[in-house]
Amino acid sequence: MTVWLSFVALGVLASLAGALLRVWKGPGPADRMMGAQLVGTGGVAVLVLLAPVHGRGALDVALTLALLAALAAVGFVKATSADGAGDPEEDETPSPDRGPAGETSDG
Amino acid sequence: MADIATIAFTGLGLCFFIAGTIGLLRFPDVFTRLHALTKADNLGLGFITLGMLFQVEGWREMALLVLIWALTLLAAGTVSQLIARAALKDRSG
Amino acid sequence: MTWAFDAALCALILGVAFATVLGRGVFRSIVFFIVYGLLMAVAWVRLDAVDVALAEAAIGAGLTGVLFLTTFGRLARNVSDDAAPGRFHLPAALACGGLTGALAWAWFAMPAPVRREWELPPAGVENPVTAVLLNFRAWDTLLESIVLLAALIGLWMMARDGDWGDRLGLPQHVRPGGVMAGFGRLLPPVGFLVGVYLVYVGADQPGGAFQGGTVLAAVGLVAALAGLVRPPRIAAHRWRVALVAGPSVFLVAGLAGAVLGAGFLTLPEPVAGTAIFVIEVGLAISIAVTLVFLVLGPPEGERRE
Repeated sequence: MTVWLSFVALGVLASLAGALLRVWKGPGPADRMMGAQLVGTGGVAVLVLLAPVHGRGALDVALTLALLAALAAVGFVKATSADGAGDPEEDETPSPDRGPAGETSDG
Repeated sequence: MADIATIAFTGLGLCFFIAGTIGLLRFPDVFTRLHALTKADNLGLGFITLGMLFQVEGWREMALLVLIWALTLLAAGTVSQLIARAALKDRSG
Repeated sequence: MTWAFDAALCALILGVAFATVLGRGVFRSIVFFIVYGLLMAVAWVRLDAVDVALAEAAIGAGLTGVLFLTTFGRLARNVSDDAAPGRFHLPAALACGGLTGALAWAWFAMPAPVRREWELPPAGVENPVTAVLLNFRAWDTLLESIVLLAALIGLWMMARDGDWGDRLGLPQHVRPGGVMAGFGRLLPPVGFLVGVYLVYVGADQPGGAFQGGTVLAAVGLVAALAGLVRPPRIAAHRWRVALVAGPSVFLVAGLAGAVLGAGFLTLPEPVAGTAIFVIEVGLAISIAVTLVFLVLGPPEGERRE
């Protein structure tokens, strides 16, 4: 079983290497960020596969990675917004004295 | 028996992972690549997690695996929406 | 078969490291650096250093990534992204190569480690990393927590005088009810639980103040970036208390050790476990708040172009 799991982990690493090609080539910043996102998901997969060998510790690290997977992407989207602090979903140009999200409607 | 299930599911998950990477490399556009990234890769992770459920001992580890997968789904959904809209604005702005 | 996996991982890490340094464009190097952090976390797990892996995952893949990306966002407005890489610097390359060679030689020259049960003297906690960090080498950890605080003070010195009373960082605004706001509502509760769990379990299993503190910091950062909570004003007293809580608790515990006759920063045997836990809680709070403030930055009003 360990042999098979190592083989699958090796396959996931190979697909990660492919994603790095996209990070290298990707014409736009979004392409590169997507490559990083794939490496995050792949990292979680590899750690889950290592769980029988390394026990609970691998799962804890996988949990941390899964938790923080979106953080870099949120930072990227903020950084490329108009004034560095916006949301790509906002339709109009943000005005200076808009505070944080007020009460929200569902959906 | 559990080993057979693990082998089957993790193998399937690996296929989806590789498909996702091929999509990321071969698709022509940011938006099409986003499909490959979020759908195929997370499905691959889901299958791998499902396969590993048979290998861990104890309910706590199983719950941990399910939580990991749920969090990855949440992250993938958020990231795909945000990156897509940012790329759209980039393209039209 | 595992050696093939290890070899592939090492090759990937080396390749990513080279790709970070070579090639044009700052943004590509930033993304490669984030990838490098992720792969290093996997490598640390492979080496059975789970505490380090937890810290690497939270910081290298999370907080540092956001820091670099925010910095890039500001630079990109003035600097083109197509900058050529720097000139090849032969002395630096030779120094790095020499150091790597020396490390490799030292590794192979050492006798093979004998794998036996850890025979640490009783320290009140089971996790050997926590025992070393908070009991045997407590001096280092105390000074490190103060260094973190000093870094934050150094960052705050960069604030403009007119901005001093404002809230930290840029004012964030998101679409109410949108994806980012929803994410900021769903993730922090789970993340908070995970962070508290990591601090609590650090006594017996991999975890501890630093790991839990960084996860809490990342979670707080998500809440702030998604506009759910507004960063505090730089002069807010409660937050300043939180900043110094960790080093103060540590100092008090150390002085108590001196007063009880065991020596400064030596924890007497019967209370070691409880004392370590109390110190860890204080440290986690301080580390979390310090790291969030470090990434948010000094107070800035609206961006003045």
